[in-house]
Amino acid sequence: MYEIVEKAELAHTVYQYKIKAPLIAKKRKAGQFVVLRLNEMGERIPLTIVGSDDKEGTITIIVQEVGKSTAMLGDMTVGDSILDVVGPLGKPTHIEDFGIAVCVGGGIGTAPVLPIAKAMKEAGNKVISIIGARNKGLLILENEMREASHELHITTDDGSYGHHGFVTQVLQKFIDEGMKIGCVVGIGPVPMMRAVSNVTRPYGIQTVVSLNPIMVDGTGMCGACRVTIGGKNQFVCVDGPEFNGHEVNYEELMLRNRSYIKEEKTAMEEFTYHEGAKCYDRECK
Amino acid sequence: MDANEIKERMKIPRQTMPEQDPHERVRNFYEVPYGFTPEQAIAEAKRCIQCKKPLCVGGCPVNIDIPWFIRLIAEGKFVEAAHKLKETNGLPAVCGRVCPQEDQCEKVCVVGKKADAVSIGRLERFAADYEREHGEVTIPNIPKWTGKKAAVVGAGPAGLTVAGDLVKKGHKVTVFEALHTPGGVLMYGIPEFRLPKKIVQSEVEYLKRMGVEIVLNAVVGKLETIDELLANGYDAVFVGSGAGLPNFMNIPGENLSGVYSANEYLTRVNLMKAYQFPEYDTPVIRGRKVVVIGGGNTAMDSARTALRLCPEEVSIVYRRSREELPARVEEIHHGEEEGLKFKLLTNPKRFIGDHEGRLKALECVSMELGEPDESGRRRPVEMKGSEFTIEADVAIIAIGNGANPLVPQTTPDIKVNKWGNITVNPDNGRTSKEGVFSGGDIVRGGATVILAMGDGRRAADSMDEYMRTGIW
Ligand SMILES: Cc1cc2nc3c(=O)[nH]c(=O)nc-3n(C[C@H](O)[C@H](O)[C@H](O)COP(=O)(O)OP(=O)(O)OC[C@H]3O[C@@H](n4cnc5c(N)ncnc54)[C@H](O)[C@@H]3O)c2cc1C
Ligand SMILES: Cc1cc2nc3c(=O)[nH]c(=O)nc-3n(C[C@H](O)[C@H](O)[C@H](O)COP(=O)(O)OP(=O)(O)OC[C@H]3O[C@@H](n4cnc5c(N)ncnc54)[C@H](O)[C@@H]3O)c2cc1C
Ligand code: SF4
Ligand code: SF4
Ligand code: FES
Repeated sequence: MYEIVEKAELAHTVYQYKIKAPLIAKKRKAGQFVVLRLNEMGERIPLTIVGSDDKEGTITIIVQEVGKSTAMLGDMTVGDSILDVVGPLGKPTHIEDFGIAVCVGGGIGTAPVLPIAKAMKEAGNKVISIIGARNKGLLILENEMREASHELHITTDDGSYGHHGFVTQVLQKFIDEGMKIGCVVGIGPVPMMRAVSNVTRPYGIQTVVSLNPIMVDGTGMCGACRVTIGGKNQFVCVDGPEFNGHEVNYEELMLRNRSYIKEEKTAMEEFTYHEGAKCYDRECK
Repeated sequence: MDANEIKERMKIPRQTMPEQDPHERVRNFYEVPYGFTPEQAIAEAKRCIQCKKPLCVGGCPVNIDIPWFIRLIAEGKFVEAAHKLKETNGLPAVCGRVCPQEDQCEKVCVVGKKADAVSIGRLERFAADYEREHGEVTIPNIPKWTGKKAAVVGAGPAGLTVAGDLVKKGHKVTVFEALHTPGGVLMYGIPEFRLPKKIVQSEVEYLKRMGVEIVLNAVVGKLETIDELLANGYDAVFVGSGAGLPNFMNIPGENLSGVYSANEYLTRVNLMKAYQFPEYDTPVIRGRKVVVIGGGNTAMDSARTALRLCPEEVSIVYRRSREELPARVEEIHHGEEEGLKFKLLTNPKRFIGDHEGRLKALECVSMELGEPDESGRRRPVEMKGSEFTIEADVAIIAIGNGANPLVPQTTPDIKVNKWGNITVNPDNGRTSKEGVFSGGDIVRGGATVILAMGDGRRAADSMDEYMRTGIW
C-alpha cells in the first residue's frame, strides 16, 4: 500500500499527489513513470513521475481525470492508499548540454515536461519553455515551470491568458527569428506532439516526444504499448517512453489509443451511476 | 507383487476424470475437469504395478518417487501421499494439472505398454487437492537461520521453487516480483479454467508461512539492480525472470486495434480479470470472430479463452498440418469439444483494418508441406496465388516468446546467448557472474513448469553450497 500524503488541485479536474514510495523516490530520473493500480478491481495505469523527495521518500504525480480510473484517483485524498505502485519504469530522458533546449508542454503534458526542464537546466542548457492550455483555468505548473526555465512563454487556445494560439506558433517564431535550438522536447496530446515534430522537421532540429499509448504491465511483457517508430515496432514502456519525434507514426498511436472507447464509456457510465455525475472533459485527449 | 496380482491390476480400467459439459463450460471460466473422487483415486492407484525399476520416475524431470506416492493413495493415505510428493515437487497441485504427462512420466509407464498408462498426473493432482481442501497442509520444520540471505528475481515456478528450497535449508529469502501478484505465467498466462488461481495463491501462501518474503511491484533492474542486491546484503541471487517478450510477425497491419499478442490477451483476461469487466476495470475486445495464430499451448489457451468471451466463431490459423500441432492432444480435444475451428496449412500475410484502424479481416495464403527442416518437421511453403481473406475483428498472435531483456540489460556481466537467454552451467544453474544463478524460461526459452522447477531445485542446492562455503 502506498499512502497519499499530499493533494493539491492544480486546475479543474487536474490533481497533484505526493505518494509515499521511498525506493522509487530514490531511484527515479526525469522521463520515467510509474504504473499504479488503485484497488483489487483496478486496471494498471501509467503516470509520469513529476518529482520526488528522497528525504521524505515521496514521489509526485499529476493526473488529469479523463475516465474511470483517473476519476477514482481524483476522488482519493490525503490518508488514502493506492494498492500498487510500480516503477520507476521506462528509460530516463537523455540529458546533455545542447546549448538551447526548448521545452514544450501542452495541457497535462506540462507535468512530464517539468522534471525534464529542471534536468536540462542543471546540465547547463539555456532552457526556454513554452506551455499551453485551452484556457487560463486549465493551465498548470506556471510558477514551477518559470523557476525551472530561463524563459517561459504561455499560450492559450482561446486567448484568455498569454499568447493567443498554439505552442507551435511560438516555437515557429523562435525558429524564424534564427534561434539556435539544440533540442526540442515536446509533450502533450498526440496531435500536439505531431504538430511540434512537423514544425522542427524541415530544420532538422532534434525533437524528443514522450508517448502515451495504452499499457498493461509496463515491463515489456505484453506488447500493448507498441508503436511504429522509424518503421520498426517499439515497446514504449521499455524502449521509451521518449522517442525521436520525427520518426513516430502518430496516426497509428491515435487509433490504437481509441481501441477501448466503447468499454471506457461503459465503465464511466457505471461509475457515475454509482458515484454521482461528475464533469469530464475528454476534448483535450 | 506376484504375477497374479499384476494381472488383476492390469484389468482395472483407466479411471475417467469427470468434467464440465462442453456447452456449459464455454459460458464460464470454472475449471474443466472436476478431479477424481477418493474411490476413483484408489482404483486408479491400484492400476500401478509398483515396478521394481519404475521407468516413470526417470520420465519425470524432478524424479518424483511415483510408485511410493501412488501406493500411499492406494492405501487411502492421501495426506501422506501429498507430503511424499512435496519432498520433491513444491507445486504438485499445479504440475498434476499442467504437466505434459503424456510426454513425460506417463509416456514411459510400464502399464502403458500393454494398456493405458497409469494416470500419474491426475493422482498427483488428487493428493495435493485433498491435502489443501482438508486443511491438512503442515509446515515443515525450518532449521535455525544460517546467517545467509538470498534474493530471487521473479515469482514464477522457477523462483518460487528456489525460495521454498532455500528457506527449508535455513536461509532467509526475499523474492522480488515485477507484477502485483506472484505466480508468473501460472497467474498471467495459464487460464483459470485450466489452473484455478486460488490454487496458485495457496501454494504461495504456503511458502510465505514457511518464511519466504515476497516483495511485489519490484522490477529488478529498475528499482534495484543485481549488483545493488549483492552489495546490499544478499549473498546470492537467483534470476527466474521468464520468457516474457512476445514475438510479433512483422507483417502489415499488425498494430491495428484488435490485434493482440497472446501475452496481452491472456494477461488482460487472467491477471486483470477482463472477463469480469466492467466489475473489474480492465477491458478486452471480445469481438465476433476471433482468429488465433499459432498451434502451441499458448495458442490453445488463447483460443479457449476467446471461446468463453462469447464470440460467434473462434479459429486457429496454423501454417502446418494437424500432425504438427505442438499443443497437447488433450487441449486440442477440449478446444474442439468447445467449438474451436482449425484453419490448417494457412498463414497470415497481412491484417486489414477499417477506417478507424480496427481489424476487420486477415489476408492469408495456403501452405503445403515441403522437405523436412532442421526441426525434422516438413517445412511449410506458400502456394503461389492462393491468397484469400478471413473475416476477424480480434486476432491473437501466439507464436512464442523471447527472453525478458530487463535483467541482462542492467547486468552486462551476465552472459547471454544470441537469443538473449542467460547461459548457465546446467548442473548447478551458475551464470558467468559470481553469486548469480538462473533457471527456467529465461535460460531455456519457453519450456515447461516442471522444467523450470527442476532448474530451481538444482540452483537452490548449488546456492546453498555457495552461501555456506563461499566457493564459486
Ligand atoms: C508513459 C505514460 C505517462 C503518462 N503520464 C500521465 C500523467 O503524468 N498524467 C496524466 O494525467 N496522464 C498520464 N498518462 C495517461 C494516463 O495513463 C491515462 O490518462 C489513464 O490511463 C486513463 O485511464 P482512465 O481509466 O481514467 O481513462 P479511460 O476512460 O480508460 O481512457 C481514457 C483514455 O486514456 C488512455 N488510456 C486508457 N487506459 C490506459 C492505460 N491502461 N494506459 C495508458 N493509457 C490509457 C486511452 O487513450 C483512453 O482513450 C500517461 C500515459 C503514459 C503511457
Ligand atoms: C499461455 C501459456 C500456457 C502454458 N501452459 C503450460 C502448460 O500447460 N504446462 C507447462 O508445463 N508449461 C506451460 N507453459 C510454460 C510455463 O508456464 C513456463 O515454462 C514457466 O512458467 C516458466 O517458469 P519461470 O519461473 O521460468 O518463468 P515465469 O513463469 O515466466 O515467471 C517469471 C516471473 O518473473 C517476473 N519478472 C520478470 N522480470 C522481472 C524483473 N526484472 N524483476 C522482477 N520480476 C521479474 C515476471 O513478472 C514473472 O512473474 C505455458 C506458458 C504460457 C505462456
Ligand atoms: S511432476 Fe509432472 S512429470 Fe513429474 S510425476 Fe508429476 S505430472 Fe509427471
Ligand atoms: S512405471 Fe507405471 S506402473 Fe510402474 S511404478 Fe511407474 S506408474 Fe507404476
Ligand atoms: S505495456 Fe506491456 S509491453 Fe509495454
